[in-house]
Amino acid sequence: MLYSEKVMDHFMNPRNVGKIDDADGVGEVGNAKCGDIMKIYLKVEDDIITDVKFNTFGCASAIATSSIATEMIKGKPISEALKLTNKAVVEALDGLPPVKIHCSVLAEEAVKAAVADYYKKQGKELDEEFFSCSGCCSACEHGEEHTH
Amino acid sequence: MLIYADNAATTAVSKKAVEAMLPYFTQQYGNASSIHTAGQMANKAMQEARADISNILGCEPKELIFTSGGSESDNQAIVSAALLGAKKGKKHIISSKIEHHAVLHVLDKLKKEGYDITLLDVSPEGIVSAADVEAAIREDTALVTIMFANNEIGTLQPIAEIGEICKKHGVIFHTDAVQAVGHVPINVKEMNIDMLSFSAHKFHGPKGIGGLYVRKGIRLSPLIEGGAQERGLRAGTENVAAIVGMAAALKEQVENMDKNAEKLKKMRDRLMDSVLAAVPRSRVNGDRQKRLPGNVSFCFEGIEGESLLLMLDSMGICGSSGSACTSGSLDPSHVLLAIGLPHEIAHGSLRLTFSEYNTEEEIDYIINAVPKVVSRLRDMSPMWERIVKEDK
Ligand SMILES: Cc1ncc(COP(=O)(O)O)c(C=O)c1O
Repeated sequence: MLYSEKVMDHFMNPRNVGKIDDADGVGEVGNAKCGDIMKIYLKVEDDIITDVKFNTFGCASAIATSSIATEMIKGKPISEALKLTNKAVVEALDGLPPVKIHCSVLAEEAVKAAVADYYKKQGKELDEEFFSCSGCCSACEHGEEHTH
Repeated sequence: MLIYADNAATTAVSKKAVEAMLPYFTQQYGNASSIHTAGQMANKAMQEARADISNILGCEPKELIFTSGGSESDNQAIVSAALLGAKKGKKHIISSKIEHHAVLHVLDKLKKEGYDITLLDVSPEGIVSAADVEAAIREDTALVTIMFANNEIGTLQPIAEIGEICKKHGVIFHTDAVQAVGHVPINVKEMNIDMLSFSAHKFHGPKGIGGLYVRKGIRLSPLIEGGAQERGLRAGTENVAAIVGMAAALKEQVENMDKNAEKLKKMRDRLMDSVLAAVPRSRVNGDRQKRLPGNVSFCFEGIEGESLLLMLDSMGICGSSGSACTSGSLDPSHVLLAIGLPHEIAHGSLRLTFSEYNTEEEIDYIINAVPKVVSRLRDMSPMWERIVKEDK
Protein backbone atom coordinates (compact mmCIF):
# COMPACT_ATOMS: atom_id res chain seq x y z
CA MET A 1 0.00 0.00 0.00
CA LEU A 2 1.11 3.46 -0.90
CA TYR A 3 -0.22 4.93 2.36
CA SER A 4 -0.19 3.94 6.04
CA GLU A 5 -3.38 2.57 7.58
CA LYS A 6 -3.74 5.82 9.50
CA VAL A 7 -3.72 7.86 6.29
CA MET A 8 -6.24 5.54 4.67
CA ASP A 9 -8.48 5.72 7.73
CA HIS A 10 -8.44 9.53 7.74
CA PHE A 11 -9.00 9.57 4.00
CA MET A 12 -11.86 7.07 3.93
CA ASN A 13 -13.45 8.37 7.17
CA PRO A 14 -12.35 11.98 7.40
CA ARG A 15 -13.06 13.70 10.75
CA ASN A 16 -14.57 17.17 10.97
CA VAL A 17 -15.58 17.50 7.35
CA GLY A 18 -17.82 20.43 6.62
CA LYS A 19 -18.20 24.15 6.99
CA ILE A 20 -19.04 26.53 9.83
CA ASP A 21 -21.32 29.28 8.63
CA ASP A 22 -20.59 31.68 11.49
CA ALA A 23 -16.91 30.79 11.76
CA ASP A 24 -14.62 33.07 13.78
CA GLY A 25 -11.75 32.36 11.41
CA VAL A 26 -11.46 30.83 7.95
CA GLY A 27 -8.22 29.94 6.20
CA GLU A 28 -7.69 28.72 2.67
CA VAL A 29 -4.39 27.64 1.14
CA GLY A 30 -3.18 25.91 -1.98
CA ASN A 31 -4.53 26.42 -5.45
CA ALA A 32 -6.51 24.56 -8.04
CA LYS A 33 -3.68 24.52 -10.57
CA CYS A 34 -1.53 22.43 -8.24
CA GLY A 35 -4.38 20.11 -7.43
CA ASP A 36 -4.89 20.86 -3.76
CA ILE A 37 -6.89 23.42 -1.82
CA MET A 38 -7.54 23.23 1.91
CA LYS A 39 -10.04 25.36 3.73
CA ILE A 40 -10.31 25.33 7.53
CA TYR A 41 -13.09 26.91 9.61
CA LEU A 42 -12.63 27.73 13.29
CA LYS A 43 -15.01 28.50 16.11
CA VAL A 44 -13.16 30.14 19.00
CA GLU A 45 -14.28 30.89 22.56
CA ASP A 46 -11.94 32.39 25.16
CA ASP A 47 -8.97 31.60 22.91
CA ILE A 48 -9.97 27.93 22.81
CA ILE A 49 -10.82 26.28 19.48
CA THR A 50 -14.22 24.86 20.32
CA ASP A 51 -15.04 23.64 16.85
CA VAL A 52 -13.18 23.12 13.61
CA LYS A 53 -14.25 21.91 10.18
CA PHE A 54 -12.48 21.46 6.88
CA ASN A 55 -13.10 21.19 3.16
CA THR A 56 -10.35 19.89 0.92
CA PHE A 57 -9.84 19.43 -2.80
CA GLY A 58 -6.92 17.13 -3.36
CA CYS A 59 -5.42 13.70 -3.18
CA ALA A 60 -5.90 11.16 -0.41
CA SER A 61 -3.04 12.54 1.64
CA ALA A 62 -4.38 16.09 1.33
CA ILE A 63 -7.70 14.93 2.75
CA ALA A 64 -6.01 12.83 5.45
CA THR A 65 -3.66 15.62 6.59
CA SER A 66 -6.57 18.08 6.80
CA SER A 67 -8.58 15.59 8.78
CA ILE A 68 -5.88 14.83 11.32
CA ALA A 69 -4.85 18.48 11.63
CA THR A 70 -8.40 19.39 12.62
CA GLU A 71 -8.35 16.61 15.20
CA MET A 72 -5.05 17.82 16.58
CA ILE A 73 -6.24 21.38 17.19
CA LYS A 74 -9.83 20.80 18.28
CA GLY A 75 -10.35 21.83 21.91
CA LYS A 76 -6.87 23.33 22.07
CA PRO A 77 -5.90 26.92 22.83
CA ILE A 78 -5.09 29.05 19.79
CA SER A 79 -1.50 29.37 20.96
CA GLU A 80 -1.12 25.61 20.70
CA ALA A 81 -2.73 25.40 17.28
CA LEU A 82 -0.15 27.87 16.05
CA LYS A 83 2.57 25.47 17.09
CA LEU A 84 1.23 22.66 14.94
CA THR A 85 4.00 21.64 12.58
CA ASN A 86 3.85 19.65 9.40
CA LYS A 87 6.24 17.21 11.03
CA ALA A 88 3.76 16.54 13.83
CA VAL A 89 1.05 15.97 11.23
CA VAL A 90 3.23 13.47 9.36
CA GLU A 91 4.09 11.63 12.58
CA ALA A 92 0.46 11.47 13.65
CA LEU A 93 -0.32 9.77 10.33
CA ASP A 94 2.50 7.23 10.77
CA GLY A 95 4.35 8.83 7.89
CA LEU A 96 3.65 10.02 4.36
CA PRO A 97 5.40 9.12 1.10
CA PRO A 98 8.11 11.72 0.33
CA VAL A 99 6.18 13.19 -2.61
CA LYS A 100 3.23 13.83 -0.30
CA ILE A 101 5.06 15.75 2.43
CA HIS A 102 3.84 18.99 0.88
CA CYS A 103 0.29 18.04 1.90
CA SER A 104 1.31 18.19 5.54
CA VAL A 105 2.85 21.61 4.91
CA LEU A 106 -0.46 22.72 3.44
CA ALA A 107 -2.31 21.45 6.50
CA GLU A 108 -0.04 23.43 8.80
CA GLU A 109 -0.50 26.51 6.67
CA ALA A 110 -4.26 26.10 6.48
CA VAL A 111 -4.48 26.08 10.28
CA LYS A 112 -2.28 29.17 10.47
CA ALA A 113 -4.27 30.94 7.81
CA ALA A 114 -7.48 30.27 9.75
CA VAL A 115 -5.91 31.60 12.96
CA ALA A 116 -4.60 34.64 11.10
CA ASP A 117 -8.10 35.33 9.86
CA TYR A 118 -9.42 34.98 13.40
CA TYR A 119 -6.81 37.46 14.67
CA LYS A 120 -7.68 39.86 11.91
CA LYS A 121 -11.37 39.69 12.71
CA GLN A 122 -10.55 40.31 16.37
CA GLY A 123 -8.31 43.22 15.48
CA LYS A 124 -5.34 41.46 17.09
CA GLU A 125 -1.71 41.75 16.03
CA LEU A 126 -0.25 38.90 13.99
CA ASP A 127 2.96 37.33 15.10
CA GLU A 128 4.74 37.35 11.74
CA GLU A 129 7.05 34.44 12.42
CA PHE A 130 4.13 32.03 12.46
CA PHE A 131 2.70 33.10 9.16
CA SER A 132 4.89 32.27 6.25
CA CYS A 133 3.91 31.19 2.78
CA SER A 134 0.81 29.48 1.64
CA GLY A 135 0.73 27.23 -1.37
CA CYS A 136 3.28 24.67 -2.33
CA CYS A 137 3.80 24.09 -5.98
CA SER A 138 5.62 25.46 -8.94
CA ALA A 139 3.23 28.40 -8.97
CA CYS A 140 4.62 29.51 -5.62
CA GLU A 141 8.12 30.81 -5.25
CA HIS A 142 8.65 28.70 -2.14
CA GLY A 143 7.61 25.61 -4.05
CA GLU A 144 10.90 23.78 -4.11
CA GLU A 145 11.45 23.95 -0.35
CA HIS A 146 8.10 22.43 0.31
CA THR A 147 7.99 19.61 -2.15
CA HIS A 148 11.28 18.01 -1.08
CA MET B 1 -16.05 -7.97 -5.83
CA LEU B 2 -12.96 -6.92 -7.73
CA ILE B 3 -13.44 -5.20 -11.04
CA TYR B 4 -10.29 -4.83 -13.06
CA ALA B 5 -10.72 -1.79 -15.29
CA ASP B 6 -7.08 -0.94 -15.94
CA ASN B 7 -6.35 -2.99 -19.04
CA ALA B 8 -4.37 -0.16 -20.64
CA ALA B 9 -1.86 -0.59 -17.80
CA THR B 10 -1.70 -4.32 -18.24
CA THR B 11 -3.94 -7.31 -18.88
CA ALA B 12 -4.51 -10.77 -17.45
CA VAL B 13 -2.58 -13.46 -19.29
CA SER B 14 -5.05 -15.59 -21.25
CA LYS B 15 -5.48 -19.26 -20.39
CA LYS B 16 -4.35 -20.23 -23.87
CA ALA B 17 -1.18 -18.20 -23.51
CA VAL B 18 -0.40 -19.75 -20.12
CA GLU B 19 -0.94 -23.24 -21.50
CA ALA B 20 1.22 -22.53 -24.51
CA MET B 21 4.02 -21.29 -22.27
CA LEU B 22 4.09 -24.02 -19.65
CA PRO B 23 6.11 -26.67 -21.52
CA TYR B 24 8.91 -24.17 -22.09
CA PHE B 25 9.67 -23.82 -18.40
CA THR B 26 10.19 -27.42 -17.37
CA GLN B 27 10.35 -29.55 -20.51
CA GLN B 28 11.56 -27.64 -23.54
CA TYR B 29 13.79 -25.29 -21.63
CA GLY B 30 16.74 -25.44 -24.01
CA ASN B 31 18.62 -22.34 -25.06
CA ALA B 32 17.36 -21.42 -28.51
CA SER B 33 20.93 -20.75 -29.64
CA SER B 34 22.17 -24.25 -28.75
CA ILE B 35 22.66 -26.69 -31.58
CA HIS B 36 21.55 -29.77 -29.64
CA THR B 37 18.05 -31.16 -29.82
CA ALA B 38 16.76 -29.36 -26.74
CA GLY B 39 18.00 -26.04 -28.07
CA GLN B 40 16.64 -26.63 -31.53
CA MET B 41 13.21 -27.50 -30.15
CA ALA B 42 13.13 -24.18 -28.36
CA ASN B 43 14.38 -22.47 -31.49
CA LYS B 44 11.67 -24.03 -33.59
CA ALA B 45 8.98 -22.85 -31.18
CA MET B 46 10.43 -19.38 -31.33
CA GLN B 47 10.53 -19.32 -35.11
CA GLU B 48 6.92 -20.47 -35.24
CA ALA B 49 5.96 -17.66 -32.91
CA ARG B 50 7.84 -15.22 -35.11
CA ALA B 51 6.06 -16.50 -38.20
CA ASP B 52 2.66 -16.25 -36.52
CA ILE B 53 3.20 -12.72 -35.30
CA SER B 54 4.67 -11.44 -38.55
CA ASN B 55 1.81 -13.02 -40.42
CA ILE B 56 -0.62 -11.09 -38.22
CA LEU B 57 1.23 -7.80 -38.67
CA GLY B 58 1.67 -8.30 -42.41
CA CYS B 59 5.46 -8.47 -42.50
CA GLU B 60 8.23 -11.03 -43.10
CA PRO B 61 9.52 -13.05 -40.12
CA LYS B 62 12.95 -11.53 -40.83
CA GLU B 63 11.50 -8.10 -40.24
CA LEU B 64 10.60 -8.85 -36.63
CA ILE B 65 12.82 -8.87 -33.56
CA PHE B 66 11.83 -9.76 -30.03
CA THR B 67 12.55 -7.31 -27.23
CA SER B 68 11.63 -6.93 -23.56
CA GLY B 69 8.55 -4.89 -24.45
CA GLY B 70 7.21 -1.57 -25.62
CA SER B 71 9.75 0.67 -23.93
CA GLU B 72 12.72 -1.17 -25.36
CA SER B 73 11.20 -1.32 -28.84
CA ASP B 74 10.46 2.41 -28.82
CA ASN B 75 13.97 3.18 -27.63
CA GLN B 76 15.64 1.00 -30.22
CA ALA B 77 13.49 2.17 -33.11
CA ILE B 78 13.99 5.85 -32.40
CA VAL B 79 17.69 5.66 -31.61
CA SER B 80 18.34 3.55 -34.72
CA ALA B 81 16.49 5.95 -37.00
CA ALA B 82 18.26 8.90 -35.40
CA LEU B 83 21.66 7.31 -36.02
CA LEU B 84 20.76 6.48 -39.62
CA GLY B 85 19.62 10.06 -40.13
CA ALA B 86 22.73 11.57 -38.58
CA LYS B 87 24.91 9.66 -41.06
CA LYS B 88 23.18 11.60 -43.83
CA GLY B 89 23.21 14.86 -41.93
CA LYS B 90 19.53 14.56 -41.05
CA LYS B 91 18.88 15.39 -37.43
CA HIS B 92 15.22 16.40 -37.35
CA ILE B 93 12.55 14.21 -35.77
CA ILE B 94 8.78 14.75 -35.80
CA SER B 95 6.53 13.38 -33.08
CA SER B 96 3.49 14.47 -31.08
CA LYS B 97 2.77 15.92 -27.67
CA ILE B 98 0.72 12.92 -26.61
CA GLU B 99 3.32 10.16 -27.01
CA HIS B 100 4.19 7.75 -24.22
CA HIS B 101 7.22 8.61 -22.10
CA ALA B 102 9.04 5.68 -23.72
CA VAL B 103 9.09 7.90 -26.82
CA LEU B 104 9.18 11.39 -25.31
CA HIS B 105 12.07 10.71 -22.97
CA VAL B 106 14.16 9.24 -25.78
CA LEU B 107 13.45 12.37 -27.82
CA ASP B 108 14.46 14.55 -24.85
CA LYS B 109 17.76 12.74 -24.75
CA LEU B 110 18.30 13.11 -28.50
CA LYS B 111 17.50 16.80 -28.21
CA LYS B 112 20.34 17.17 -25.72
CA GLU B 113 22.56 15.40 -28.23
CA GLY B 114 21.82 18.03 -30.86
CA TYR B 115 18.76 16.67 -32.65
CA ASP B 116 15.96 19.04 -33.54
CA ILE B 117 12.63 17.71 -32.27
CA THR B 118 9.22 18.90 -33.45
CA LEU B 119 6.37 17.82 -31.18
CA LEU B 120 3.08 18.35 -32.98
CA ASP B 121 0.01 19.64 -31.21
CA VAL B 122 -3.13 17.55 -31.30
CA SER B 123 -6.75 18.56 -31.79
CA PRO B 124 -9.00 19.04 -28.73
CA GLU B 125 -10.21 15.50 -29.51
CA GLY B 126 -6.66 14.20 -29.10
CA ILE B 127 -5.86 13.46 -32.75
CA VAL B 128 -2.69 14.32 -34.66
CA SER B 129 -3.36 15.89 -38.05
CA ALA B 130 -1.69 14.13 -40.98
CA ALA B 131 -1.51 17.51 -42.75
CA ASP B 132 0.48 18.87 -39.80
CA VAL B 133 2.89 15.97 -40.14
CA GLU B 134 3.39 16.74 -43.82
CA ALA B 135 3.85 20.44 -43.16
CA ALA B 136 6.50 19.68 -40.55
CA ILE B 137 8.60 17.46 -42.79
CA ARG B 138 11.88 19.09 -43.85
CA GLU B 139 14.89 18.19 -45.95
CA ASP B 140 16.67 17.02 -42.82
CA THR B 141 13.81 15.02 -41.27
CA ALA B 142 15.14 11.62 -40.24
CA LEU B 143 12.07 10.16 -38.56
CA VAL B 144 8.38 10.60 -37.91
CA THR B 145 7.20 8.75 -34.80
CA ILE B 146 3.48 8.92 -33.99
CA MET B 147 1.67 6.48 -31.72
CA PHE B 148 -1.06 4.26 -33.15
CA ALA B 149 -3.40 4.63 -30.18
CA ASN B 150 -2.99 6.80 -27.12
CA ASN B 151 -2.66 5.02 -23.80
CA GLU B 152 -4.55 7.59 -21.73
CA ILE B 153 -7.42 8.82 -23.84
CA GLY B 154 -7.50 5.93 -26.31
CA THR B 155 -7.53 8.05 -29.45
CA LEU B 156 -6.64 6.35 -32.73
CA GLN B 157 -4.28 8.31 -34.95
CA PRO B 158 -4.46 8.53 -38.77
CA ILE B 159 -1.60 6.06 -39.18
CA ALA B 160 -2.26 4.98 -42.76
CA GLU B 161 -2.42 8.61 -43.90
CA ILE B 162 0.77 9.50 -42.06
CA GLY B 163 2.41 6.37 -43.50
CA GLU B 164 1.57 7.45 -47.01
CA ILE B 165 2.92 10.94 -46.43
CA CYS B 166 6.18 9.61 -44.98
CA LYS B 167 6.59 7.22 -47.90
CA LYS B 168 6.04 10.07 -50.35
CA HIS B 169 8.74 12.14 -48.66
CA GLY B 170 11.13 9.24 -48.05
CA VAL B 171 11.08 9.66 -44.27
CA ILE B 172 11.19 6.70 -41.89
CA PHE B 173 7.89 6.24 -40.05
CA HIS B 174 7.78 4.54 -36.66
CA THR B 175 4.61 3.96 -34.68
CA ASP B 176 4.31 2.99 -31.02
CA ALA B 177 1.45 0.52 -31.42
CA VAL B 178 1.67 -0.86 -27.89
CA GLN B 179 -1.97 -0.02 -27.16
CA ALA B 180 -3.23 -0.97 -30.61
CA VAL B 181 -1.78 -4.37 -31.52
CA GLY B 182 -4.38 -7.06 -30.88
CA HIS B 183 -7.11 -4.45 -30.47
CA VAL B 184 -7.53 -2.82 -33.86
CA PRO B 185 -6.66 -4.07 -37.38
CA ILE B 186 -3.06 -3.37 -38.38
CA ASN B 187 -1.14 -4.19 -41.51
CA VAL B 188 2.30 -2.65 -41.69
CA LYS B 189 2.62 -2.95 -45.47
CA GLU B 190 -0.79 -1.55 -46.30
CA MET B 191 -0.29 1.27 -43.80
CA ASN B 192 3.25 2.06 -44.99
CA ILE B 193 4.68 1.62 -41.51
CA ASP B 194 8.47 1.27 -41.42
CA MET B 195 8.84 0.43 -37.75
CA LEU B 196 6.27 -0.67 -35.19
CA SER B 197 6.59 -1.36 -31.44
CA PHE B 198 4.37 -3.72 -29.50
CA SER B 199 4.20 -5.32 -26.09
CA ALA B 200 2.59 -8.64 -25.13
CA HIS B 201 1.19 -7.66 -21.75
CA LYS B 202 -1.28 -5.26 -23.36
CA PHE B 203 -3.02 -8.10 -25.22
CA HIS B 204 -3.25 -10.87 -22.62
CA GLY B 205 0.32 -12.03 -23.10
CA PRO B 206 3.04 -12.10 -20.45
CA LYS B 207 4.95 -9.05 -19.19
CA GLY B 208 8.52 -8.31 -20.18
CA ILE B 209 8.23 -9.43 -23.80
CA GLY B 210 7.43 -7.51 -26.94
CA GLY B 211 8.70 -6.87 -30.39
CA LEU B 212 9.80 -4.45 -33.01
CA TYR B 213 8.94 -4.72 -36.67
CA VAL B 214 11.50 -3.07 -38.93
CA ARG B 215 11.05 -2.89 -42.67
CA LYS B 216 13.70 -4.63 -44.73
CA GLY B 217 16.40 -2.17 -45.67
CA ILE B 218 16.35 -0.16 -42.46
CA ARG B 219 19.40 -0.95 -40.32
CA LEU B 220 18.69 -1.32 -36.63
CA SER B 221 21.37 -0.53 -34.06
CA PRO B 222 21.47 -2.83 -31.06
CA LEU B 223 20.79 -1.28 -27.67
CA ILE B 224 22.05 -4.37 -25.91
CA GLU B 225 25.37 -5.77 -27.08
CA GLY B 226 26.44 -9.34 -26.50
CA GLY B 227 25.58 -12.61 -28.19
CA ALA B 228 24.32 -12.95 -31.72
CA GLN B 229 20.67 -13.48 -30.83
CA GLU B 230 18.08 -11.79 -33.04
CA ARG B 231 20.71 -11.56 -35.81
CA GLY B 232 22.94 -9.49 -33.58
CA LEU B 233 20.30 -6.82 -33.12
CA ARG B 234 19.30 -7.74 -29.57
CA ALA B 235 21.66 -9.77 -27.42
CA GLY B 236 20.47 -11.97 -24.58
CA THR B 237 19.15 -15.52 -24.33
CA GLU B 238 15.66 -15.49 -25.78
CA ASN B 239 12.74 -15.82 -23.40
CA VAL B 240 11.19 -18.64 -25.38
CA ALA B 241 8.28 -19.26 -23.02
CA ALA B 242 7.27 -15.60 -23.12
CA ILE B 243 7.69 -15.42 -26.90
CA VAL B 244 5.47 -18.47 -27.34
CA GLY B 245 2.94 -17.00 -24.90
CA MET B 246 2.94 -13.70 -26.74
CA ALA B 247 2.23 -15.41 -30.07
CA ALA B 248 -0.55 -17.52 -28.58
CA ALA B 249 -2.15 -14.48 -26.96
CA LEU B 250 -1.95 -12.41 -30.12
CA LYS B 251 -3.39 -15.15 -32.31
CA GLU B 252 -6.31 -15.59 -29.95
CA GLN B 253 -6.82 -11.85 -29.70
CA VAL B 254 -6.81 -11.33 -33.45
CA GLU B 255 -9.17 -14.24 -34.08
CA ASN B 256 -11.67 -12.63 -31.72
CA MET B 257 -10.93 -9.01 -32.52
CA ASP B 258 -14.21 -8.10 -34.22
CA LYS B 259 -16.33 -9.87 -31.65
CA ASN B 260 -14.40 -8.35 -28.74
CA ALA B 261 -14.45 -4.87 -30.25
CA GLU B 262 -18.18 -4.98 -30.71
CA LYS B 263 -18.74 -6.06 -27.11
CA LEU B 264 -16.28 -3.52 -25.74
CA LYS B 265 -17.65 -0.60 -27.73
CA LYS B 266 -21.11 -1.33 -26.38
CA MET B 267 -19.85 -1.35 -22.80
CA ARG B 268 -17.64 1.68 -23.39
CA ASP B 269 -20.38 3.80 -24.93
CA ARG B 270 -22.94 2.87 -22.29
CA LEU B 271 -20.51 3.74 -19.51
CA MET B 272 -19.61 7.07 -21.10
CA ASP B 273 -23.23 8.05 -21.75
CA SER B 274 -24.48 6.98 -18.34
CA VAL B 275 -21.78 8.73 -16.34
CA LEU B 276 -22.00 11.91 -18.40
CA ALA B 277 -25.75 11.96 -17.81
CA ALA B 278 -25.44 11.28 -14.08
CA VAL B 279 -22.57 13.60 -13.21
CA PRO B 280 -22.78 17.33 -13.91
CA ARG B 281 -19.59 19.07 -15.01
CA SER B 282 -18.06 15.89 -16.35
CA ARG B 283 -16.49 15.27 -19.73
CA VAL B 284 -15.14 12.48 -21.88
CA ASN B 285 -11.56 12.99 -23.03
CA GLY B 286 -10.66 12.12 -26.59
CA ASP B 287 -12.71 11.60 -29.71
CA ARG B 288 -15.86 9.59 -29.01
CA GLN B 289 -15.56 7.40 -32.12
CA LYS B 290 -11.90 7.34 -33.07
CA ARG B 291 -10.86 5.58 -29.90
CA LEU B 292 -9.85 2.15 -28.68
CA PRO B 293 -12.88 -0.09 -28.10
CA GLY B 294 -12.03 -0.54 -24.42
CA ASN B 295 -10.96 2.97 -23.42
CA VAL B 296 -13.03 5.36 -21.30
CA SER B 297 -11.48 8.59 -20.03
CA PHE B 298 -13.37 11.12 -17.92
CA CYS B 299 -12.64 14.39 -16.17
CA PHE B 300 -14.76 15.50 -13.24
CA GLU B 301 -14.48 19.12 -12.22
CA GLY B 302 -13.84 20.01 -8.60
CA ILE B 303 -12.18 16.80 -7.48
CA GLU B 304 -8.76 15.22 -7.70
CA GLY B 305 -8.03 11.94 -9.46
CA GLU B 306 -6.01 10.10 -6.85
CA SER B 307 -8.67 10.37 -4.18
CA LEU B 308 -11.25 9.31 -6.75
CA LEU B 309 -9.15 6.26 -7.62
CA LEU B 310 -8.60 5.22 -4.03
CA MET B 311 -12.27 5.54 -3.16
CA LEU B 312 -13.21 3.49 -6.21
CA ASP B 313 -10.54 0.98 -5.20
CA SER B 314 -12.18 0.66 -1.79
CA MET B 315 -15.36 -0.29 -3.66
CA GLY B 316 -13.47 -2.90 -5.65
CA ILE B 317 -12.89 -0.94 -8.84
CA CYS B 318 -9.32 -0.73 -10.22
CA GLY B 319 -8.85 2.24 -12.55
CA SER B 320 -6.21 4.86 -13.16
CA SER B 321 -5.82 8.63 -13.38
CA GLY B 322 -3.61 11.23 -14.99
CA SER B 323 -3.65 13.55 -12.00
CA ALA B 324 -0.38 15.02 -10.76
CA CYS B 325 -0.60 12.95 -7.59
CA THR B 326 -0.76 9.71 -9.51
CA SER B 327 1.89 10.70 -12.02
CA GLY B 328 4.32 11.50 -9.22
CA SER B 329 4.99 14.98 -10.53
CA LEU B 330 3.57 18.42 -9.96
CA ASP B 331 1.76 18.50 -13.27
CA PRO B 332 -1.15 16.42 -14.44
CA SER B 333 -0.78 14.21 -17.49
CA HIS B 334 0.89 15.78 -20.53
CA VAL B 335 -1.79 14.18 -22.69
CA LEU B 336 -4.66 15.92 -20.90
CA LEU B 337 -2.79 19.23 -21.06
CA ALA B 338 -2.08 18.67 -24.77
CA ILE B 339 -5.79 18.38 -25.55
CA GLY B 340 -6.18 21.80 -23.99
CA LEU B 341 -7.53 21.02 -20.54
CA PRO B 342 -6.59 23.47 -17.79
CA HIS B 343 -4.61 21.97 -14.90
CA GLU B 344 -7.51 22.09 -12.47
CA ILE B 345 -9.70 19.99 -14.75
CA ALA B 346 -6.92 17.62 -15.77
CA HIS B 347 -6.36 16.83 -12.06
CA GLY B 348 -9.81 15.25 -11.94
CA SER B 349 -9.25 12.56 -14.54
CA LEU B 350 -10.29 8.93 -14.42
CA ARG B 351 -9.28 6.29 -16.95
CA LEU B 352 -11.20 3.01 -17.06
CA THR B 353 -9.98 0.50 -19.62
CA PHE B 354 -11.68 -2.79 -20.35
CA SER B 355 -10.98 -6.12 -21.96
CA GLU B 356 -13.35 -8.82 -23.16
CA TYR B 357 -13.03 -10.38 -19.69
CA ASN B 358 -15.14 -7.57 -18.26
CA THR B 359 -18.90 -7.97 -18.06
CA GLU B 360 -21.99 -5.81 -18.45
CA GLU B 361 -22.70 -6.40 -14.75
CA GLU B 362 -19.37 -4.82 -13.93
CA ILE B 363 -20.27 -1.82 -16.07
CA ASP B 364 -23.57 -1.53 -14.14
CA TYR B 365 -21.66 -1.54 -10.88
CA ILE B 366 -19.25 1.15 -12.12
CA ILE B 367 -22.10 3.29 -13.46
CA ASN B 368 -23.61 3.18 -10.00
CA ALA B 369 -20.40 3.73 -8.07
CA VAL B 370 -18.71 6.57 -9.96
CA PRO B 371 -21.38 9.26 -9.45
CA LYS B 372 -21.54 8.41 -5.74
CA VAL B 373 -17.83 8.74 -5.23
CA VAL B 374 -17.69 11.93 -7.26
CA SER B 375 -20.43 13.53 -5.13
CA ARG B 376 -18.82 12.39 -1.93
CA LEU B 377 -15.55 14.10 -2.89
CA ARG B 378 -17.31 17.16 -4.27
CA ASP B 379 -19.19 17.55 -1.00
CA MET B 380 -15.90 18.19 0.74
CA SER B 381 -14.23 20.16 -2.05
CA PRO B 382 -13.81 23.94 -1.69
CA MET B 383 -13.16 24.05 -5.41
CA TRP B 384 -16.51 22.46 -6.17
CA GLU B 385 -18.14 24.95 -3.79
CA ARG B 386 -16.60 27.75 -5.83
CA ILE B 387 -17.72 26.25 -9.13
CA VAL B 388 -21.29 25.94 -7.87
CA LYS B 389 -21.24 29.51 -6.55
CA GLU B 390 -19.94 30.87 -9.86
CA ASP B 391 -22.70 29.03 -11.69
CA LYS B 392 -25.39 30.83 -9.74
C1 LIG C 1 1.70 3.64 -25.69
C2 LIG C 1 2.68 2.88 -24.86
N1 LIG C 1 3.96 2.81 -25.24
C3 LIG C 1 4.87 2.13 -24.53
C4 LIG C 1 4.55 1.46 -23.37
C5 LIG C 1 5.60 0.72 -22.62
O1 LIG C 1 5.47 -0.64 -22.80
P1 LIG C 1 6.18 -1.70 -21.83
O2 LIG C 1 5.50 -1.60 -20.53
O3 LIG C 1 5.98 -3.02 -22.49
O4 LIG C 1 7.63 -1.32 -21.77
C6 LIG C 1 3.21 1.50 -22.94
C7 LIG C 1 2.78 0.81 -21.71
O5 LIG C 1 2.91 1.24 -20.61
C8 LIG C 1 2.27 2.23 -23.70
O6 LIG C 1 0.99 2.31 -23.31
